[in-house]
Amino acid sequence: MKTFLKAATLALSLGASSLAMAEPVKIGLITTLSGGGAGLGLDTRDGFMLAIKQSGNKDVTVITEDDAQKPELAVQIADKMIQSEDVDILTGIVWSNLLMAVVPGAVAQGKIYVSTNAAPAALAGEKCDPLYFNAAYQNDNLHEAMGEYANKGYKKMFIMAPNYPAGKDSLTGFKRYFKGTVANEVYTQVGQTDYAAEIAQIRASGADGVFAFLPGGMGIAFMKQYAQSGVKIPVMGPGFSFSQDVLPAIGDAALGAKASGQWAKDLDNEANKKFVPAFEKEYGRLPSIYAVQAYDAAQLILSAASKASVKDTAAFTAELKKADIQSPRGKFKFNTNRHPIQDIYVTEVVKDGGVLTNKIIEKIFTDHGDAYAQACKK
Amino acid sequence: MTFALAIEQLLNGVQLGVMLFLMAAGLTLIFGVMGLINLAHGSLYMVGAFACATVAAFTGSFWLGLVASLAASAAAGALIEITVIRRLYARDHLDQVLATFALILIFSEGMRWLFGSFPLYLDIPPLLEGAVALPGGGQYPLYRLAIILAGALVALGLYGLISRTRLGMRIRAGESDREMIAALGVDIRTLYTLVFALGAALAGFAGGMVGALQSVQVGMGEPVLILAFVVIVIGGIGSIKGALIGALLVGVVDTMGRLLLPQVLSLMVPPAQAGLIGGALASMLIYILMAVILAVKPRGLFPAQA
Repeated sequence: MKTFLKAATLALSLGASSLAMAEPVKIGLITTLSGGGAGLGLDTRDGFMLAIKQSGNKDVTVITEDDAQKPELAVQIADKMIQSEDVDILTGIVWSNLLMAVVPGAVAQGKIYVSTNAAPAALAGEKCDPLYFNAAYQNDNLHEAMGEYANKGYKKMFIMAPNYPAGKDSLTGFKRYFKGTVANEVYTQVGQTDYAAEIAQIRASGADGVFAFLPGGMGIAFMKQYAQSGVKIPVMGPGFSFSQDVLPAIGDAALGAKASGQWAKDLDNEANKKFVPAFEKEYGRLPSIYAVQAYDAAQLILSAASKASVKDTAAFTAELKKADIQSPRGKFKFNTNRHPIQDIYVTEVVKDGGVLTNKIIEKIFTDHGDAYAQACKK
Repeated sequence: MTFALAIEQLLNGVQLGVMLFLMAAGLTLIFGVMGLINLAHGSLYMVGAFACATVAAFTGSFWLGLVASLAASAAAGALIEITVIRRLYARDHLDQVLATFALILIFSEGMRWLFGSFPLYLDIPPLLEGAVALPGGGQYPLYRLAIILAGALVALGLYGLISRTRLGMRIRAGESDREMIAALGVDIRTLYTLVFALGAALAGFAGGMVGALQSVQVGMGEPVLILAFVVIVIGGIGSIKGALIGALLVGVVDTMGRLLLPQVLSLMVPPAQAGLIGGALASMLIYILMAVILAVKPRGLFPAQA
């Protein structure tokens, strides 16, 4: 009966109009809304919902749940959303270890996953999947950009990242482009709050620069402790380490830090000029990179949904892949492995009217893809 | 490895140890005197941190915040002792674990309800900002030195309290024979509430001090609680002296492990691999230490009661 009803609605909807949105789309947004990573998840949710709200589309429903940054919880929520809520598309996971726990199962059950952030190397190469899209980047990208940037003026770098898939991707990406020597390569614990031991090693390393990939609360703790330590070696990192969600908490200790990003608040394009004020008006704070990525993920889904039925995954994913959106990042298209090809910039933390924010200082990569795309045959 | 690095890491280890001692002292005192396993001890640490951050943000003074963290966690401790914990002394440990685990959930959700999911921030007081020079050319953050000093003072104070005062005598008496001290006319219920509040205040004090180094957030107490349990198991459950030695041991072994293991491994495997494996091994190290100590001395280093 249920299948008959579904088939009937499908036939009706197809017959009734080939125009937009006859088919309701149900999206499951799983993200981190509590704990030290909550800032990232809140921006993900708010960026996503802003695009949905702006579209005025009543056929799209989004159900949101908090994964508390715990893989086992994310899997439970995903199972529940797929089996009892019957969602069509999953999205929103911030962390690569959680994504790795959820995505293989979800795509095996025929659900589409559009990532708003996490992009582990494992899912970009051989194990890529036609139902898995990434609207953000591939994990290595921003780190590659910093490796390239460090070539200008840094000879010996101290590099560190948390010990989880994105952390390994991070340092791999950095080293892929950095031509100088690596003084030391340190993996910290995920969610670590005390960096005294690492700071002591930085002090003793004789490095002329520090590359730290520490998203969310980890970066806040590290930068605050680093500022107190008396170590003066300049710190750089991927955009996450100095993104808008952590800057107010780090405070002036972040001033002058260089970071890489595929978006910044001052990026000059029409979509961005509309997006930043709209986000500020809606939520009363500046958007972070996570908000932009989620905003684009929602735009991608809306764009595909206006042209194909979500029940026809082949047609729907073909539309998704066209990436027919106006991204605040400017140029945006999908690579063969359904990860973005986009420009990447280097930014500097500055004070703009009393508010800490990132300002673009140069474009480091143009139309940058990732190193795993050739390995993706699906 | 240079001399300066060794000194700095040793200090880091001691600082971590001192923080753990403040947590473990309360935990072990409560177990020693009341025979109670209190999983909610980490929540009291969180209460202290939140109280400190809130009062410091409101008044602009870190020191008032620290006083507030002591007061708030002692009050929260006394409150849960009177309402919940008191009913658990006669029950077995499983009931205690269940009830105090429920308290963790209640505290966490309560804090989330009151303060939201975003972490709060607490700045280091201007007096303790910056770094001081160390022998050997190194530098060390002044605030961390202050934590070590505060912890040492608390340890001394606790020693004085327990060995020199009437209250301490009653605590010791309570540890060795509960029925007898009640029979001698000591108000055991008030004593238990006092001890519980004291343990809670120590945890809250630790929370307030650590809050300035890290972010203050819901659930911050549980990782520390696990370490504190490792400390009291190593030190011998119920022994303050054991808690102190155990805490310093865990602090130094953990910090030195994180530094040395990757370096030792890098002699055998490529540096990237050494970093990964060394990092993973270092996080297991204190548990391995605990297992080894338990194999040799099943009751811990300083068992409280023979």
